[in-house]
Amino acid sequence: MADMHRTRQARDRFNFLWEWANPVKFMWFSGKALPWLIGLTVLTMAVSLIWGFFFTPEAVNFGSSVKIIYVHVPTATVAISAWFMMLAASLIWLIRRHHVSALAARAAAPVGMVMTLAALATGAIWGQPMWGTWWAWDPRLTSFLILFLFYLGYMALWAAIENPDTAADLTSVLAVVGSVFAFLSRYAVNFWNQGLHQGATLSLDKEENIADSYWIPLVIGIVGFMLFFVTLVFIRTRTEIRLRRVHALELRERMKDA
Amino acid sequence: MIALLARDMRLAIRAGGGFGLGLAFFLIVSTLVPFAVGPEGAVLARIAPGILWVGALLACLLSLDRIFQLDFEDGSLDLLATAPIPMEGTVAVKALAHWITTGLPLVVAAPVFGALMNMPEPGYWWIFVTLLIGTPALSMIGAFGAALTVGLKRGGLLLSLLVLPLYIPTLIFGAEAATRGIGGFDNTTPLLMLAGITAASVALLPFAASAAIRINLR
Repeated sequence: MADMHRTRQARDRFNFLWEWANPVKFMWFSGKALPWLIGLTVLTMAVSLIWGFFFTPEAVNFGSSVKIIYVHVPTATVAISAWFMMLAASLIWLIRRHHVSALAARAAAPVGMVMTLAALATGAIWGQPMWGTWWAWDPRLTSFLILFLFYLGYMALWAAIENPDTAADLTSVLAVVGSVFAFLSRYAVNFWNQGLHQGATLSLDKEENIADSYWIPLVIGIVGFMLFFVTLVFIRTRTEIRLRRVHALELRERMKDA
Repeated sequence: MIALLARDMRLAIRAGGGFGLGLAFFLIVSTLVPFAVGPEGAVLARIAPGILWVGALLACLLSLDRIFQLDFEDGSLDLLATAPIPMEGTVAVKALAHWITTGLPLVVAAPVFGALMNMPEPGYWWIFVTLLIGTPALSMIGAFGAALTVGLKRGGLLLSLLVLPLYIPTLIFGAEAATRGIGGFDNTTPLLMLAGITAASVALLPFAASAAIRINLR
């Protein structure tokens, strides 16, 4: 009995989280937060890019080409995180049916897709002088290409279905199933080919990390790109909510005329 | 469920277009490749398992939209949804019917087409085995894709965009197992992974697919 009481208390404590799923509250909160988010994004991105491009030493074997890392790594990080965010938002929509959640997942997809494309493009530009080729069928590169295909399919399904709730449901199911297969593909391509791409050098628990002089601006850059992603998703979600409202208003006008 | 299976297979065979077409498409793909890469036997033998796998994948894709589309249009899918069989069972049976009418002929024909492409002898066995293990997964994943797009007027192109990325792991392990088997290497790992994908697809995807159908019927 006491246990039940305690779990209920714990649930009540987290209930405030779900209040932000109310579109009105979301609009209020995101409206307040956006100027700060934009400011922080501009600040962190400017610091990391200017620091990274102009005030880091040139690496011994890489020359100045190493500086593309300040775009390549953050975009790649955001590209993967965006898919996880879409998965979480899709699950929230499927389980608790909060409209803002579905709209946020929809808003995140194009941003994630562009980030994937940017990571692929900067990787190709970096790979040309370093590996002597624009593209190699390396596991990491291939996984990113597959991730890009998943983004394309997800967005195409959103675009194809007219009824917004049906579209939200079906894309959410696709996001869940697609995540499993994307994960499986990541393992499969590892199995299928050995890579040119270097291993992880940003882990917190490893010895062979990159030197501090590169590390600090890079971490700031990742934070900056993450903030950039959150800002864009906020703006796009607000647009989606407003579009829904306009649509509802139009319907009401039409009802009045009829 | 057996009645449903029989009905679906009868429809697929009698209605035309579904049953033989996938096989004919598979043959055409296998014929086109030598024209594109040249008739040298060594080259063909090397790429044969990959080409046969890609061909089987595309042939499978061709007939996917038939799994639910016709039943959706004439309303029998609504009836099936209210039938005593759970929707998951219906989906699984329909995927099975698709496999028997499309996947199985491909599996049987693949060694013959392998001979056309100058594949070495152990290849006949391995392409047969890998396709036999892998094609049920293709049908089941395809049924999920078809369930997602069943409400759309022209869902064909979208269906391929959705389904082909999902086919990637199956393709990788299937082709890898066949290639290794032909080369005389140990291919237990890719074979087991392929079987695992098939088993997991058959076990889990009916739930996802029937969820998608329920949404589409709403």
